[in-house]
Amino acid sequence: MTVATARSGPPRPGPDGPGRLPRAPQEAAEAVLAAVEELIGELRQIGVPVSTSESIDAVRSLEYTDPLQPDQLRAALAAALVKSHRHGRAFDTVFDLFFSPGPRPSQDGGPAPDADGTPVRGRLAARLAGAGDTELRDLLVRVLDQRDDLGLRAVTAELVDRHARIRPGQPVAGTLAVQRTFRAVEPDDLRERLAGLSGGADGSPVSGLRVRLAAEEADRRVERLRQEIETEVRRRLVEDRGAAAVARSLRSALPEDLDFLTASTAELAALRAALAPLPAQLAGRLSATRRRARRGPLDFRRTVRASLSAGGVPVRLAFRPPRPAKPELVLLADISGSVATFAGFTLHLAQALRTQFRVVRSFVFVDGTDEVTDLLAGSDGAVEAARRIDESGSGVRLDGRSDYGNALRGFWDRWGTQVGSRSIVVVLGDARTNYRSPSVESLSELRQRAGRVYWLNPEPRAAWGSGDSVMDQYAPHCDDVVECRNIRQLRQFIERLA
Amino acid sequence: MPAADEYDGAGHRFTTPLEVADSLAAVGYIADPRISGAVFLAGRLGKPLLAEGPAGTGKTELAKALSRVTGARLIRLQCYEGLDESKALYEWDYRKQLLRIHASRDAAAEQWQALERDIFSEEYLLARPLLEAIRSEDDVVLLIDEVDRLDIETEALLLEVLSDFQVSIPELGTVAARRRPLVLLTSNNSRELSDALKRRCLFLHIGYPGAEREREIVRSAVPGISEHLATQLTQVVLSLRGLQLKKKPSVSETIDWARTLLLFESSELDPADVVAALPVLLKHQSDIELATRELGRVPS
Ligand SMILES: Nc1ncnc2c1ncn2[C@@H]1O[C@H](COP(=O)(O)OP(=O)(O)O)[C@@H](O)[C@H]1O
Ligand SMILES: [Mg+2]
Repeated sequence: MTVATARSGPPRPGPDGPGRLPRAPQEAAEAVLAAVEELIGELRQIGVPVSTSESIDAVRSLEYTDPLQPDQLRAALAAALVKSHRHGRAFDTVFDLFFSPGPRPSQDGGPAPDADGTPVRGRLAARLAGAGDTELRDLLVRVLDQRDDLGLRAVTAELVDRHARIRPGQPVAGTLAVQRTFRAVEPDDLRERLAGLSGGADGSPVSGLRVRLAAEEADRRVERLRQEIETEVRRRLVEDRGAAAVARSLRSALPEDLDFLTASTAELAALRAALAPLPAQLAGRLSATRRRARRGPLDFRRTVRASLSAGGVPVRLAFRPPRPAKPELVLLADISGSVATFAGFTLHLAQALRTQFRVVRSFVFVDGTDEVTDLLAGSDGAVEAARRIDESGSGVRLDGRSDYGNALRGFWDRWGTQVGSRSIVVVLGDARTNYRSPSVESLSELRQRAGRVYWLNPEPRAAWGSGDSVMDQYAPHCDDVVECRNIRQLRQFIERLA
Repeated sequence: MPAADEYDGAGHRFTTPLEVADSLAAVGYIADPRISGAVFLAGRLGKPLLAEGPAGTGKTELAKALSRVTGARLIRLQCYEGLDESKALYEWDYRKQLLRIHASRDAAAEQWQALERDIFSEEYLLARPLLEAIRSEDDVVLLIDEVDRLDIETEALLLEVLSDFQVSIPELGTVAARRRPLVLLTSNNSRELSDALKRRCLFLHIGYPGAEREREIVRSAVPGISEHLATQLTQVVLSLRGLQLKKKPSVSETIDWARTLLLFESSELDPADVVAALPVLLKHQSDIELATRELGRVPS
C-alpha cells in the first residue's frame, strides 16, 4: 500500500515536546508504519541487509518526521536503513514506490489533493490537456530551461497520458512505457534546443568550452526529464496495482550480485562502478592480514641469549623471521566471447592489486596461451585492459573457440618451470572445451609444482559438467573450484588469498 | 539504557530538519535535504552519524559547522593506522604514578593498598578524546575523523562509546556521559567498516554536490564572486568530474579556484582560464593532459 492518503495538518510544535511531531491521526500513522514495514521487507528481499535494530531506528524516526514531506521521510529512512552507498539506488527506487506522492492533479481545476499541489496545478493540467503537440513541446523546453519542477511534473504527466500507453493490470515494470514516452519527446532535438538557449545567449564569443558546457547542462536537464517520466509511469503503475506488486516486477540485482555472464550494457556500467573502489578496499584488507602475521614465532634461544646481559631477565624477546610474506599470483584466463567480461574484470582487479603480491603474472587463452602482464601493466581500468588484449590478438591461434586442452598444455610447456611452491595459480573460465580434449594431465602437473591451484568458474554450479563443460574432470586437480558469478563472490575469493 | 530523550546534548536542540539546514547555512555550510535530515535524526535519536564519501566533500567541515551552530565544543579524534586505546580513550600517567610511588617508598606495608588505590584515581588519568567527550560537563560535538584508517580490530575500541556513550576503566569503573555528545564519524571508504560499527550509527553518504549546491557553497565561501562566474566555474568542475580521471576535483579545489579567479578579477571564464586552472584542480599530470585535450574539444 502507499501512503498517498496518509495526510495530516502541517507540523506544529506539539505537546510532546520540541522536535516531536504532533500525533498524526491514528489512521495516517498506521498507513505510514505499514508502508515502512513493507519497504523493509522489500529491501531484505533484494538483498539489502536490514537488522532488527535498524528497523527499530526506522520506526522511531517516524516520530520526528513529517509524513507530508517525502524528502524528510526519505532522508530519515535512508539514514536508518541503508549502511552502504552501493545500496542507495536500490533504496531510492523502492522508496519511490512505497511513498509515491499521490495521484496527479485532477483536471477539473478543483484543488489538487496533494500537499504541495495548489489549485493552479489543476488549472494547468486542464490547459495542458488541450494543448497541441507542438505547444506542449515548447512548454516542455521552457520548464526544463527554467528548472520549473512543478511545471515539469505537470507537463510530464500530460506526456505520459499521450504516449506511454500503459495498460492496466499488466505485471510490468514500466520500462517500455518510459521508453515510448521518452522517444516521443525526441531527446536529441530537445538537447539541441536547450543547449542553444543557454550557450552564447549573452553575445559573448562562442568557444569550444562554452559549447561543451552548454551541451552537458542540456544533457543533465534531459536526464532530469527521463527520471520524471520514470517517476510518473511508476506512480501510475502503483496506482493500478499497488506498490508491492510493482516492486516485485521491478526487482533487480544489487551491483554486487549482477551476473558477469548475463549483465546488460547498463548493468555492466553499474558493475564497473561497483568494482572501482574494490582494489583499494581489498588492498587494505590484504595488507592488514599480512601485518598481523608479520611477527614470526618466538625464538627462545635468541631470547635467552639476549637475557644474559640483563641478569637473566628476558627484557627483549626475539622472534623468528615471519613466514614468507607475499605470494606470487599467476592468472590464467579464458577470454573467449562468453566469459570475456568476467576475465577482463578479474585480470584488471589482480593487476590493481599487484603491490599486494610479490609478482602478478597474467596469461590469457582462447585456443593458445599468451602472457599479457606487460600489456596490462600500463592500462587504467578494466575497459582499457580488455581493449589492449583484444587488439593484440592474444590467446588466439586458430578458430577463436576455446580449447582448454591446448591452452593448458601450451602454458605448461612454455612457462611450467617458472611456477614454484610460492605461486598461487588461478584459472579463470567456464571449462567448456567445445568437446575437445581437456589435457587434464597438464593441470595435474601444474598442481604438483605450484603452491596452490584455484579455479574460478563464472557459471552457476549447477551447470558445471553439463554439455561440453569438463569442470568435474579438472576439479580433482585443483585445491578448490569456486563459483564466481558476481562481485560479491569475487571479493570473497580474493580476501581468502591473503 | 535510558531513552535518548532523557538526555540533553548538542544534537537535541533542533526541532526540524529545515532548522538544521538554515542554521548550518548561517555559519557557511550548505547542506542538502539528505544531510540536514540525517543530522536532525542523529540529534533526535541520540545516535552517532557516520558520514561517508570521497575526500573533500565537506564531511569534516560538517562537524565543525555543527559545533559553530550549537556552540558545543568540538573534540576531534583523528584516526590513523596504529591508533590505540592510550591515544583514543585514556592512559594512566605513569610518570606521575612513578613519582608518587617513589615519594612513598618508605611507607609501611599496610599503606601500599591505599597507595595503589590512590595512583589509579582520576587524578592520575590522562583523558584522550573519547573519554574527554564523555566526561565533558558542557555540550560536545565529537568528531571521529577518517575511521576507515583504523585497523578493523581497533574499531572495537569505539563500540562502547558509540552504543552506550560510556567508557569502562577497569581500575575506576564506568564513566557515563552526562550530556550526550553529538557524534560524527567520517570515512573515505578506503575499506568496508564492520557491521558492528555500522549498526550503531545512522548512515549518510556525502557525494560531490550537484551544480546548484556547489554554486551555493562557492558563493558562501567566496563572498565577492558573481553568480554568473560561480555558475560557470561549477559547470567546468562538473564537466571535469565526468571525465575518467585518476582523482576528481573536490569541493575544496573548486573553492581554491574561485578564490584565484576573484584575485585576478575575472568576470567571464574563457578556455585559457580553465587550462591555467587545471593544476589547481587536478593532482595528476596525466589527468591534466586528458582534461586539456577534452575541454578544448567541441562535442559532436
Ligand atoms: N557543504 C559545504 N558547505 C560549505 N563548505 C563546504 C561544503 N562542502 C565542502 N566544503 C568546503 O570544502 C572543504 C573540504 O571539506 P572537508 O570537510 O575537509 O572534506 P572531507 O569530506 O574530506 O572531510 C571545506 O574546508 C569547506 O571549505
Ligand atoms: Mg576530512
